[in-house]
Amino acid sequence: MATTTVAEKSPAPTAGSPAEAGVRSATFRVWRGDATGGAFRDYTIDVAPGMVVLDAIHQIQAEQANDLAVRWNCKAGKCGSCSAEINGKPRLMCMTRLNDLPLEKPVTVEPMHTFPRIKDLVTDVSWNFRVKKGITKFTPRPPDAPDGTWRMQQSDVDRVQEFRKCIECFLCQDVCHVLREHEKEDEFIGPRFLVYVAALEMHPLDVADRVPELQKSHGIGYCNITKCCTTVCPEGITITDNAIIPLKERVVDEFYDPIGKLVKIFSRKRRS
Amino acid sequence: MAEFETVTHDVLVIGAGGAGLRAAIASVTAGGGLTVGVVCKSLLGKAHTVMAEGGIAASLGNVDDRDNWKVHFSDTMRGGQYLNNWRMAELHAKEAPARVLELEAWGALFDRTPDGRILQRNFGGHKYPRLAHVGDRTGLEMIRTLQDHAIHLGIDVHMECTVLTLLKDGDRVSGAFAYDRERGRFRLFRAKAIVLATGGIGRAFRITSNSWEYTGDGQSLAYQAGAALQDMEFVQFHPTGMVWPPSVRGILVTEGVRGEGGVLRNSEGRRFMFDDVPENYRAQTATDPDEGWRYTQGDKSAKRPPELLTRDHVARCIMREVREGRGSPHGGVYLDIAWIKERLPNAADHIKKKLPSMYHQFKQLADIDITKEAMEVGPTTHYVMGGIRVDGDSQMSTVPGLFAAGECAAGLHGANRLGGNSLSDLLVFGKRAGEHAAAFARDHGAGRVNDAAADDGARRALEPFERQGGEGPYQIQQALQHTMQDLVGIVRREDDMRQALGRIADLRARAQRVTVEGNREYNPGWHTALDLGNLLTIAEAIARSAIERKESRGGHFRDDYPAKDASYSTFNIVIRQGADGSMQLTREPIAPMPDELRTVIAEMG
Repeated sequence: MATTTVAEKSPAPTAGSPAEAGVRSATFRVWRGDATGGAFRDYTIDVAPGMVVLDAIHQIQAEQANDLAVRWNCKAGKCGSCSAEINGKPRLMCMTRLNDLPLEKPVTVEPMHTFPRIKDLVTDVSWNFRVKKGITKFTPRPPDAPDGTWRMQQSDVDRVQEFRKCIECFLCQDVCHVLREHEKEDEFIGPRFLVYVAALEMHPLDVADRVPELQKSHGIGYCNITKCCTTVCPEGITITDNAIIPLKERVVDEFYDPIGKLVKIFSRKRRS
Repeated sequence: MAEFETVTHDVLVIGAGGAGLRAAIASVTAGGGLTVGVVCKSLLGKAHTVMAEGGIAASLGNVDDRDNWKVHFSDTMRGGQYLNNWRMAELHAKEAPARVLELEAWGALFDRTPDGRILQRNFGGHKYPRLAHVGDRTGLEMIRTLQDHAIHLGIDVHMECTVLTLLKDGDRVSGAFAYDRERGRFRLFRAKAIVLATGGIGRAFRITSNSWEYTGDGQSLAYQAGAALQDMEFVQFHPTGMVWPPSVRGILVTEGVRGEGGVLRNSEGRRFMFDDVPENYRAQTATDPDEGWRYTQGDKSAKRPPELLTRDHVARCIMREVREGRGSPHGGVYLDIAWIKERLPNAADHIKKKLPSMYHQFKQLADIDITKEAMEVGPTTHYVMGGIRVDGDSQMSTVPGLFAAGECAAGLHGANRLGGNSLSDLLVFGKRAGEHAAAFARDHGAGRVNDAAADDGARRALEPFERQGGEGPYQIQQALQHTMQDLVGIVRREDDMRQALGRIADLRARAQRVTVEGNREYNPGWHTALDLGNLLTIAEAIARSAIERKESRGGHFRDDYPAKDASYSTFNIVIRQGADGSMQLTREPIAPMPDELRTVIAEMG
C-alpha cells in the first residue's frame, strides 16, 4: 500500500492474497473433544475479505456447531483470550489473517498443547493464576514528595513499560519446552512470569528482592534461552533478551560470585 | 431444593473489570475481616476495561495547573447536558486524583512529564489535558494493576461463572444463583451484600466495540430483582470505530488519535468538524486548523480543535457526511494522523510511541500504516450512560443490599459521557460501592435464600436442552442486533422504535422456544441462549425510554424531535418492573443542585 492521500486510496482490498483474490471458501480442521480425548473435524465456510481465524471459528459456531467452545473477548489483540495453535503455530486467533495462510489446504486449529484440555479450543490455564500469587508482590519505596507521590523519569519507566504490555495470552508458556515437553510446572514459572518478575525487579519504585526466589522456587535455571517465547509473543516483548537474561545475570551475581556478594553486603542493594 | 454447590461470602462482587476489582479491594480492606468473592464471566484480567485506550480523567493538574476538581465537575456536567446526578459528578471530580495516585502506589507505571510526574493528555470535552495514560493501553495497565494488587488480599475469584438471577429475602438481596461455564454446574452464592459491576449492553447492537460479555446482565438482574433503572435512552455511539474490513467493523479507534492531532476529513478532503460547532462549545473551540494543532501540542493559549467536541456530536457529524454522500468508500469518514508529518520532524516514530496499539491494530487487521495513510472510521456502539439507579454517595440501588458501580450504574454521565471519565468512574465508584457494601454486610446478618427461586432458575436454565426443533440462539441474537442497530440506533424516530418494540416481543417469544445442542460443558450455544433474556430486557428498556424522550440531547438523537427541549431537562426517565411483570416508565425529577455547585458551573462558564 503505497498510497499517501486519502483521495487516491482504492477501496479494493490487497491484491494477490488468496482470501481476497477470489477464493470463496476455506476448510478449517478444528480439534473437537474434551479432557478424555477428541479428534479433528473439518468445517468449510465462505470467506470474506479481511477475515481472521477467530471470525472463521465464530462463523462455524453460529452456523454449523453451536456448541464449539472457544474463548475470546476483545477481538483486537488486547485481551489475550483467544490463544490457540494455528497450523501448528501458537497464535492469537483474532490477529491471524486468513490471507496470511495457505487456504488451498485445510487450516488446522487446535488448543494450546501445554495446558490441560477442557473442551474444543478451551484449555485449563488456571495454573498461571496460581503461579502469579506465589511471586513477591510489588513493594514501593516511601513516597518522594510530601504529598505522597513519586517522581520517575520516562527513560526509567520505558524498560518496564515494555514488560507491562503483556496481555497474558500464555502463548509463551505454551511454546516453552520446559513446560511443553518437560512438564516442569512445579519447578519453573515460565517466560510469562519471568517477564512479570522482571517488571517488578526493574520497577523504579520497587524495593523487594526476588533474586533468591528466582533461583529457588521460580526455577530460572531451567530456561536455556532458546527464545521460542520471544518469537511467539504477539506484543513483541523481547522476553529473553530484555527480561530473562538480565534476571539470570542477577542470579549469577548473587549466588555464584562470592566476591561480588561480599562487596554487596557492604553496599546497598544494586538497582539497575 | 435440589443440591447445589453453595458458596458463602459477606460481600459478593459480580464482574471483574475495573469497578468490580476496585469494589472487591475496598470491601476486603474495609475492616471487620469480611470475606469477599468475585464472579466473572471470563478469565481474570480479560474484562472490557482492558480495551480502554485513552486514559483516566483526573484533575491532577500536572500538565496544566489551571485544572482542578471544579473544572472537571463543570466539564462533566456540560458533557452530560445537566442530566447527571450532580452529587456523583462532584464526588467523581474530587476523588479521581486520589484514585489515580493510588494506582501508582500499587505499581501502575503511567507515562511521565519531564519533571517526573504523571503525564496527562487532551481528550474530548475536557478543558485541560487531564487523562493519565500509558500510550494507548491505559485500560490494560489499570486492570492489571488492580488484578495484581487484589490477588494478595485473600479475595476468592470465581472465574468463568455467570449469574442467572439474584435471590432476595423480602426486600433485601441475599444471594445469587449462577452456573460455572466450564462444567455447566449450578452454584448458589449466599451474600449479605452484592455489588453489580457487569459493564454494558453493546451486544444488543450489530456494530459495537463490546465483546460477547456485554449483554446487560447487571441492569437486567437488578431490574428483575425490583431495582429501578434510569436514563436507558442514552447510549453512546463512539464516533470512531473501524469500518473496514467487515470482520473488524466496530472495533474501537481511540479518541487519543484526535488528542494527538488526528483530524477528520470527508471524501472531499474537508475538515467538516469546523462546519458545525454547537453554541455552548463555541467559546472553547479553535477557530482554525492552526489553533487546533497548537492546542494538541500544549499551547495553553490555544482552544481545542472541533474534532475534540463531545462524542455524541462528532458521531452525528460523521453520520451526516456519510448520509449526504461525502463518506469514505466503506461508509465512514477519514481519520488522519499521518498529516502531522507536515508539522513534526519524527512524526512516524512519534505516532508509534503515542499510539502503539492503534498502529499495530491497523497494520495487522486492515493493512493500513497509520503513519502514512488515513484510517476509515465510523460510529460504533460503545457505552451506555443509563443503568441501575443508585444513591450518589453509597451506590446502593433501590433494593437494600444491592449496589452497582461502573458502566452498569447510571448517573455520573447524564446524557453523554466524556472520554476518560469511564476509567475514573470505575475507580471512584467501585471503591465507594465496595466500602458501602462492606458496611451493609457488617450491619446486617445474612438473609434467607429462597430455595424455590434457585430451583426455578435451574429449571429454566436447562429448558433449552429439553426442547426439540426450536431455532438456535445465534439467529435470535443477530435478529435483535439488527433491530436495535436499524431502529433504535444513532438517529431515532417514533415509528421505527414502535416497530422495534413489536420485534422485541416477537424475539422474546422465539427465545422461549430456543434449542441448544450438545451438553452442559463449556457450551457457548447454551451460554448465548441464557444471555438472550437479559439482552431482550435491556433492548426493551432502551426503546421505551427513547420513545418517551421526545427531544434530542446527548447520546439520544430524535429525527422527529431534533432540538433540545428545556422541559426535558428537569427529570430522568426511570424504569421499574410492574406488579404484572410489564415495564413501567416514570419521570423522576432531578433534585435541585446546591448553590455551591451552581456557583462552580457559573464560574467555569
